[in-house]
Order: sequence, then C-alpha cells, then structure tokens
Amino acid sequence: MSDAAILPFERAEPSASLPRPIFPLAVRGLALSYGATQVLAGVDLDLGARGCTVVMGPNGAGKSLLLKLLHGLIAPSGGVIDWAGQSPSEVTRRQALVFQRPVLLRRSVGANIDFVLKARGLPRATVRERRTALLAHVGLAEKTDLPARRLSGGEAQRLALARALATEPEVLFLDEPTASLDPASALAIEEIVTRARDLGTRVIFVTHDVGQARRLADDVVFLHRGRVAEHRPAEAFFAAPRSEAAAGYLAGRIVV
Amino acid sequence: MQGIAEAISLALELVLRADADLLEIVVLSLRVSLTATLTACLIGLPLGALLAVARFPGRQAAIVVVNALMGLPPVVVGLLVYLHLSRAGPLGFLGLLYTPSAMIIAQTILIAPIVTALSRQVLEDLHGEYAEQFRSLCLSRSQMVGALLWDGRFSLMTVALAGFGRAVAEVGAVIVVGGNIDHLTRVMTTAIALETSRGDLALALALGMVLLVIALGVNAAVQGVRINAARHAHV
Ligand SMILES: Nc1ncnc2c1ncn2[C@@H]1O[C@H](COP(=O)(O)OP(=O)(O)O)[C@@H](O)[C@H]1O
Ligand SMILES: [Mg+2]
Repeated sequence: MSDAAILPFERAEPSASLPRPIFPLAVRGLALSYGATQVLAGVDLDLGARGCTVVMGPNGAGKSLLLKLLHGLIAPSGGVIDWAGQSPSEVTRRQALVFQRPVLLRRSVGANIDFVLKARGLPRATVRERRTALLAHVGLAEKTDLPARRLSGGEAQRLALARALATEPEVLFLDEPTASLDPASALAIEEIVTRARDLGTRVIFVTHDVGQARRLADDVVFLHRGRVAEHRPAEAFFAAPRSEAAAGYLAGRIVV
Repeated sequence: MQGIAEAISLALELVLRADADLLEIVVLSLRVSLTATLTACLIGLPLGALLAVARFPGRQAAIVVVNALMGLPPVVVGLLVYLHLSRAGPLGFLGLLYTPSAMIIAQTILIAPIVTALSRQVLEDLHGEYAEQFRSLCLSRSQMVGALLWDGRFSLMTVALAGFGRAVAEVGAVIVVGGNIDHLTRVMTTAIALETSRGDLALALALGMVLLVIALGVNAAVQGVRINAARHAHV
C-alpha cells in the first residue's frame, strides 16, 4: 500500500516542510486526578517518530485521558509531557484525534471536511480538491451531500478519520475508533490508518480488541492502575507479556 | 353599542376588503415588532454566544440576570423607556416619545433578554458537544462562534420567532411609549385595548382576528423550522 501514488492530502515526508520536529516524545511522572480519584499516577513513556503504538488496558485504566493529555486537550495534575521542546499549542495543531464517538457537525459530509480545511485558511480550489480526494479515500464520495448525521456508525467514523487526515497531522490519535463497529467496518478503518502510518504519520491507537492490536501494533503500551505496566515491541509483548496485568488481560481474565 | 353579531360581520367585512385603516395598523405593528426582533437578535445573539462560549468572572451572575430579565413586565419596560424619552428625561432631546421609534426601542428592550437567554442555552448545549473537537482542531474563538451559530441556525430561528411572537402580542410597553395615536403609533394590540373600551367592537375584533392569524403563523413557522431541521438531520 505504501507504494501507491501519493494523494493530494498526503505528504511523502511529514516533517520535510516543517521547521522543527515534535519527536521524540518524553513523558515523565504524568499524573491526573479528579478530586480524590487518581486516574493516572506517574506515567513514564518514550515514543519515537515512526510507527503505530497501540495503547491497551482494562476499562477505566485512563487510556482516553492519556490521549487527551498527550494531545493537549486537558492539563495534567503533575508531571511533564515533552514533545521535543515544542509549545503545547504548536503540538496540538500538528496532531489530530479521532474520538470514540465521532463529533460531526450538523452539516453535509462534504461540509464537515471543508470546515477544517477552510479553518486552516486553504484557498477554495485546494479545499475542493482535497475534500474530493479525502472522501474518495475513505469511501464516502457518493455521500458528499448527505447530512453527516445520517451516516451509519462505520461511515461516521470514516468521516471523522478523513477530517482528521485533512489537517495533515504528524500524529494521529485514535480512541477506540472501531469499538462499536462491525468487523468489516473496523477493517476499513484499520486499512486507512495503516496506510497513513506507512506514509509517515505517527499513529497512537487505543483499542480493546486484541486481534486488532496484533494487526496494527509496532509497539504496545499496557496501562494498568494509572501506570504503564508494560511498553514493548508488539511481537515480544504478544508472545510473552511480562506484567501479570497484561498476561491476565490477554488471557481474557478481567484485570482491574 | 353594537350587537355582537353585527360587530363580527362588520369585522369580517373590514378584514376581507382590507380596510385602509386596518391595514395601516397591521403594517405598523409588523414594522415595529419585526424591527425590534431584528435589533434584539443583533444584540442578543452575540451576547448569547459570548455567555455560552467565554469563561469570565461574573458569567454565572450575568446568566441569572439575563434569565430573570426574560420575565420583564412590558408596562415596566414601557415606563422605564418613557422616563428616559420624556421631555424631562435624559434622552428627551431626541424627541422620540410617542413615535414608532420609541415603540421599537421598548420592544427591543423587552425581547433582547429573551433572545440572549434562549440563544445562550442553545449555543451552550451545542458547544458542550463540540468543544473538545474544536480544541483538537485549534479553532480560533471567532471560528468557533461562527460554527456554533451556523450549526444552531434552526434552533436560533425558533428563538427569533419566540421573540417576535412576544413583541407583536404585547400591549403594555407600546401603549406607554407610543400612546396609541391614530395614524401614527396605533398598533394592533393598543387599538384592540382602546377601541374595545370605546365601543368600536368591529375594528377591535377585526384586529383580533389578524393578530390571531399572525400568532398561529408564528407557531406554524416554528413547526416548519423543526420539520426542516429534522429533514437535515439536525438533531
Ligand atoms: N471528568 C472526570 N471526573 C472524574 N473522573 C473521571 C473524569 N473523566 C474520567 N474519569 C475517570 O477516569 C478513569 C479513566 O477514564 P478513561 O481514560 O476514560 O478510561 P479508559 O481507559 O476506559 O479510556 C475512569 O475511571 C473515569 O471514570
Ligand atoms: Mg476510553
């Protein structure tokens, strides 16, 4: 897939035109609490510029909040998130996040894409060209004029993914994007994500689905009790998880 | 004093032949209330958006005040505007008392809080849904507000209709600052109030019918907006 022609919204070399990289990412002692509840209690994490990191962990482990912290949507209660020294607002602008439940504007499918392209100040002709290419890429070309809120779950998520790609993010966060989709729809999403990864977009993917994690992951971060219980290359992780929590989780035992 | 039956048939006749006096009153009513609605929207929508999106000290208090102002009694608004516009008042030099402009000002003050409070609610609900996505997209404040206004347009239209409905049906404010002067400041509600007491039941009834039709029309328009919104999957 990576040798296919480069589409108008894709960049062959993500950081080529950009002045300063936002990798490596170094997270130290990241903490987040709500009142007395400590959701994250000292997360340490190092990520390089390439590949797909899959974040796993039981329900309520703090996966969604970790993504929002890394993307700069919420502020930590403690610790450091260092994107190679870049400012938080600059970092957010160069990333995109696909939420578990897509938040679509009350407009047509096409207008949902146009909105972000126009917000970035792109000229009208470029907006049209990119929107057409993006919607074709995610298989929604025929739905361009349909109200976005009429889309099925899978289509809505593909639109959210197209909108995320529209901003040419260097980092693409996905929070259980296929959790409520049928297997075919989930595979369609995986294919688009894999292609983005192959073209140099850094992917950070939260999933519950062990099969999906095996298909996508270059490395796996296992969150447990507010900490990173394990962060290892995917192959090694799935062959023999080191932490008891991850082993139990993979064996289908519920770990809380 | 006319008999009721006679008054009704006279009223129908006035309506059906579009009597000039009747028409003049209806047109002035619509002009005053539509202008007031437009002005109230120009004030209330940005204010509502500000209260919905911005976070500043005193915001909660401002929301409470605006909500309370929704219940302003029209006669009290009329009285306050009267005090400002009367010859001895601070704005007396403008010479606006007993003109349609004074009526527009009074109705604007009456319904601007309604537009502000209701649009604040509409936009805040929408913002609650969109805020995180907007932050992820790094939108500016004005891009955010623009998107909220556009995506909330159907609900905001019903807000404007609610304001217009309130304006066109109120009598207390316009009668105090307008004075119900024939051919100058006589609108439907003031004419009905005063012609009834003077015994011209036919004109009062005819105006009552027109007002009723307008009220029904406003409700039909609200209904139409809702149906249209549903068709665009705007829920
Ligand atoms: N605003 C909040 N206030 C209090 N607790 C919260 C809040 N948001 C999330 N939590 C709690 O934080 C924990 C982690 O949430 P989340 O990151 O969504 O978990 P998951 O790993 O399933 O994505 C959960 O127990 C959740 O109840
Ligand atoms: Mg989650």
